[in-house]
Amino acid sequence: MGWTRKVLRVNLSKGTCASEPLNMEWAQKYLGQRGLASRYLVEEVNPKVDPLSPDNKMFFATGPLTGTAASTGGRYSVITKGALTNAIACSNSGGYFGAELKMAGWDMVIVEGKAKKPVYLLIQDDKAEVRPADHLWGKSVWETDALLKSEHHEPQMRISAIGRAGESGVMYACIVNDLHRAAGRSGVGAVMGSKNLKALAVRGTQGVKVHDFPKFMQAVTAGKKVLAANAVTGQGLPAYGTQVLMNVINETGALPTRNHRDVQFEGAGRISAEAMREKRVTDGKANLVRNQACFGCTIACGRISQIDKTHFTVANNPKYWGAQGGLEYEAAWALGAATGVADLEALTYANYLCNEQGMDPITFGTTVGAAMELFEMGVLTTKETGGVELKFGSAEALTKLAEVTGMGEGFGKEIGLGSKRLTEKYGHPELSMSVKGQEFPAYDGRGIQGIGLAYATSNRGACHLRGYTIASEILGIPEKTDPLVSAGKAGLVKAFQDATAAVDSSGLCVFTTFAWTLDDIAPQIDGACEGGWTAARLLEMGERIWNMERRFNLDAGFTAKDDTLPKRLLKEAAKTGPAKGKVNDLGKMLPEYYKLRGWSPEGVPTNETVTRLAL
Amino acid sequence: MRYVLIGAGPAGVVAAETLRKADPGGDILLLGDEPEPPYSRMALPYFLVGTIDEAGTYLRKSETHYDDLGITFRHARAVRIDPAGKTVALEGGESVAYDRLMIATGSRTQRPPIPGIDLPGVHPCWTLADSREIVRRAAPDSRVVLMGAGFIGCIVLESLIKRGVKPTVVEMADRMVPRMMNAAAGGLIKKWCATKGIEVLTSTKVTAIEDTGEARDPLRVLLDRGAPLRAALVVVATGVRPNIAFLEGSGIETDFGIRVDSHLKSSVDDVYAAGDVAQGPDFMGGWSVHAIQPTAVEHGRIAALNMADGNASYQGSLAMNVLDTAGLVSSSFGQWQGVESGESVERMDEARFRYTRLEFDGERLVGAICLGRTDQIGMLRGLIQSRVRLGDWKARLMEDPQRISEAYVASTHK
Amino acid sequence: MLKSLHIDPGKCTLCMQCEMACSYENEGLFNPAKSRIKVFDFHDRFVPYTCTQCAEAWCMSACPVDAISVDHATGAKVVSDDLCVGCKVCTIACPFGTVNYNHDTGKVIKCDLCGGQPACAEACPTGAIAYVDSDWTGYDKMRRWAGKTDSGAAQAHA
Ligand SMILES: Cc1cc2nc3c(=O)[nH]c(=O)nc-3n(C[C@H](O)[C@H](O)[C@H](O)COP(=O)(O)OP(=O)(O)OC[C@H]3O[C@@H](n4cnc5c(N)ncnc54)[C@H](O)[C@@H]3O)c2cc1C
Ligand code: SF4
Repeated sequence: MGWTRKVLRVNLSKGTCASEPLNMEWAQKYLGQRGLASRYLVEEVNPKVDPLSPDNKMFFATGPLTGTAASTGGRYSVITKGALTNAIACSNSGGYFGAELKMAGWDMVIVEGKAKKPVYLLIQDDKAEVRPADHLWGKSVWETDALLKSEHHEPQMRISAIGRAGESGVMYACIVNDLHRAAGRSGVGAVMGSKNLKALAVRGTQGVKVHDFPKFMQAVTAGKKVLAANAVTGQGLPAYGTQVLMNVINETGALPTRNHRDVQFEGAGRISAEAMREKRVTDGKANLVRNQACFGCTIACGRISQIDKTHFTVANNPKYWGAQGGLEYEAAWALGAATGVADLEALTYANYLCNEQGMDPITFGTTVGAAMELFEMGVLTTKETGGVELKFGSAEALTKLAEVTGMGEGFGKEIGLGSKRLTEKYGHPELSMSVKGQEFPAYDGRGIQGIGLAYATSNRGACHLRGYTIASEILGIPEKTDPLVSAGKAGLVKAFQDATAAVDSSGLCVFTTFAWTLDDIAPQIDGACEGGWTAARLLEMGERIWNMERRFNLDAGFTAKDDTLPKRLLKEAAKTGPAKGKVNDLGKMLPEYYKLRGWSPEGVPTNETVTRLAL
Repeated sequence: MRYVLIGAGPAGVVAAETLRKADPGGDILLLGDEPEPPYSRMALPYFLVGTIDEAGTYLRKSETHYDDLGITFRHARAVRIDPAGKTVALEGGESVAYDRLMIATGSRTQRPPIPGIDLPGVHPCWTLADSREIVRRAAPDSRVVLMGAGFIGCIVLESLIKRGVKPTVVEMADRMVPRMMNAAAGGLIKKWCATKGIEVLTSTKVTAIEDTGEARDPLRVLLDRGAPLRAALVVVATGVRPNIAFLEGSGIETDFGIRVDSHLKSSVDDVYAAGDVAQGPDFMGGWSVHAIQPTAVEHGRIAALNMADGNASYQGSLAMNVLDTAGLVSSSFGQWQGVESGESVERMDEARFRYTRLEFDGERLVGAICLGRTDQIGMLRGLIQSRVRLGDWKARLMEDPQRISEAYVASTHK
Repeated sequence: MLKSLHIDPGKCTLCMQCEMACSYENEGLFNPAKSRIKVFDFHDRFVPYTCTQCAEAWCMSACPVDAISVDHATGAKVVSDDLCVGCKVCTIACPFGTVNYNHDTGKVIKCDLCGGQPACAEACPTGAIAYVDSDWTGYDKMRRWAGKTDSGAAQAHA
């Protein structure tokens, strides 16, 4: 158990829904969520497929711990071939939707084909139905959420939907559930939009069982104690959220600023966690209202914010006055430092719009950053931007672009391409701060060497969550390594990547690993699932998943050449801070990484590796 | 102090128990004219199905419950009351004296005056005795005609279905549960019945019942429209009337039931009334008989407190019912018909048999109907009865009436 | 001294651990839909909500078959599955909406304080739910609220 052992297969072209048994042989090899759904993807989807064509499929997958009492056990992932990257995409989200899907009795929903007209998928326990969504098309995520709940007389229903961004082909559109939790990266929402699928609406009342309840409860209780006792998960994250990092990373000299031209942002303090807690002069209230947990989470790092009603962005728009999902670190960085905007309220507003219309704030913010650079170079002018003075630091420009991009209008259409396609279009591909088409998150590879390698080798394009070496290089978890030193980072990156792949397949949140090792996680999985799960087995599984994803990308046409970083990180040295004078040492780290992975110098898993991992 | 309580239904029993608490030394006599220990009519449908046996319908499960509390329970029927002499005359000639009297004699089924209504096989479903008879006749697969699709009729219908009989429902009004549901909700219940293979004839009257003398389904039920129906059993559920006939000449004021004030006292000193027999203040400022169990027990409790020299005043009864019709749960509360110059909102999902309607008077909720929803429905009572001002939540409910629970918690847990 | 559940919405993070603990304790699996405690989401405030075991006990008195009784050790009003016939009258009689019908069993469910060790309070990571001496709770807001809904007797014999 842990698994419901049921998969819902939805064919949008035919409008059909069918239940099928979960492939338990694969479940024993790939556990759930990321690993298991990727296994299905590899089996069923041609790696060369156009991500936006009907032949691409989407997998909404829970893990065996999703919907259980395990702390943070509420995650689900969307696996598909990414619109933004053309690589394997796996976007992970919290909130309550994943648990609801599991409670309805499903491990996974597979979406195939393309509907002729807009539709949504309604799941009420065992019953599933593809229904017309003409009335929802053109609506935001928030409106869709309210309409579906009301229409179905189910205030308890959980909804995962795309907004206007996903409908209008924003390449980094995301899928938003529970109003402000997102399967955010790689354009999974654009894929959903291309299928004319507006939303999944789920109500589950069947509950979730695990294999061995007493054993499971014991492991879960022990795990919760570890999280509570840990300084990061027990105090830092609940109080400050991931935003706790803003000042820390800035001081490290690894806060990419103005499209990575700088590595420190003079406005960092004004957009930090500390700033969110400060009382505003205008209304005496803080931006941060409180923290919120996702399903089952005993950390509760989520931010609930309230915007300053007098701020220019919302002064005449009461719709945005209520409490909403606030800034996480990556969003605050991308919307703020990457664009040079130090106006906390403007960032909060732009973040609301990203949630409301369903777009990834990391790619959106960094694309705006790239466009600002093009504008300052004179490549882009107000003629293209529709009159927007696209200057670094302009809160007006940022929020205006968030509005038009979310709606898929005007210059927003170009921003909706993402930085790679945008800069290519204007003849400066070197200005896209991305790997495999996906933009960097909030750590600079010059000031933190290991993360550079993690970006270059990430299977879904630049990403911090595929191998969060920041834990070691900055926070000293599990042990401190020097961020400026590249030696030894290949092994570190591999270890993080493999362990993370295992966590991402379980239903748990990767943030638990600030406190948990696989030794804390294995007993919980072992209590939930039959088959005997140890830390060693999980780690090996993680490596298997990593190699499986890699092979999908190689078959999709990626090569070792794509395991690289933009010139700016490799050639232009950091100008200030502790990393002053440094570039990223990718050239040194990558060959070692390939070797450790058991890959050829061309980055291809060798036969021994394939055999060893039983791929 | 000597208390006499006439009628050992829920109102009488709760009153006796409350009296015992409020007046530990008082002398309490509880009279009931049915042969069984005090039982609950509400439980009869479950006895019909076989979920419980007769003992399962008893209001209190311990055999010595009344003795333990020092309550004297007697099988006896009151035939007359003499308020001047403060006595109650019992059938058989005996008379008992009281200092304080409670009348909790409940109600009885009203049989419509049509030919054949007294034939064997034609039964109300009101007492345990009736129920035994129904159980005997409603064999699986036999045909049963249910006269009246009111609240009680529908509850009995549920039991009949579970017994495996083939029921046909004949209702005079144009919809089911006309006194609990509006047209939309009643229509939806009827539609639901149709999907379950239950025939419901609305706007139809039974004109006569005949005995054909045949072995199988001997009764023939004639209708004012359409072909006659055959049946082994006709269950009469065409409405009830308070048991007040024996009060004639006592000087106790009656209207539809016994008129009582907000202390549940009748027009005569030291005489109180409670339950189905009492016509007391209702929540909307009128005077009503609300023949439902919650009202009976509230009446019983409050009347008893006042009988024991307390000073409890009644806010008024609220009509409310919950009904399960072959698996479709419906409920209604308060002024579900709405009030003058009030506002209302409704949502219907016909395919899934869901319906919610809310009635407002200004910022307050005054009535509601729900179909297909069971979670936290008690909050509707809470919202109506506490007369809470909904503030912003009024608008939100107008937008999405399903958000009742949120509205409740938000407006009561500030 | 009887204990009661003390709820502090200010601390609640909407993690639902309480709902899972409750459903596990009572139903043997994780199923918030069957939880006796329910956490409400007001976007900026999360309110755990369950039966306060109020003195008036509308559910108990409305029950036609005496299926709800007081556990004298805890003061909890407890539903007996053996006696409950599923008539649902308690679900409308309780003005707090804390007695709910369970379609799967055909009976009603409500908080019974887990016989004196409420699983929700044990599972709550933030202390938003605590099981403390009744006096400590200063008799919850909810009980004051009970007074407003009372049909009238509270003033008489309080
Ligand atoms: C089949 C059925 C289903 C029901 N379902 C519901 C439901 O789901 N929800 C709900 O709220 N209500 C329901 N009711 C109604 C509910 O049972 C009554 O409202 C409740 O019983 C009223 O209680 P009472 O004590 O006032 O009267 P009763 O329960 O009628 O008790 C009165 C008692 O007094 C006796 N009596 C009468 N006259 C005399 C006399 N002269 N001397 C001595 N004793 C006398 C009667 O025989 C009876 O035993 C249902 C009723 C029936 C029949
Ligand atoms: S366990 Fe505590 S913090 Fe979590 S939802 Fe319940 S009350 Fe809130």
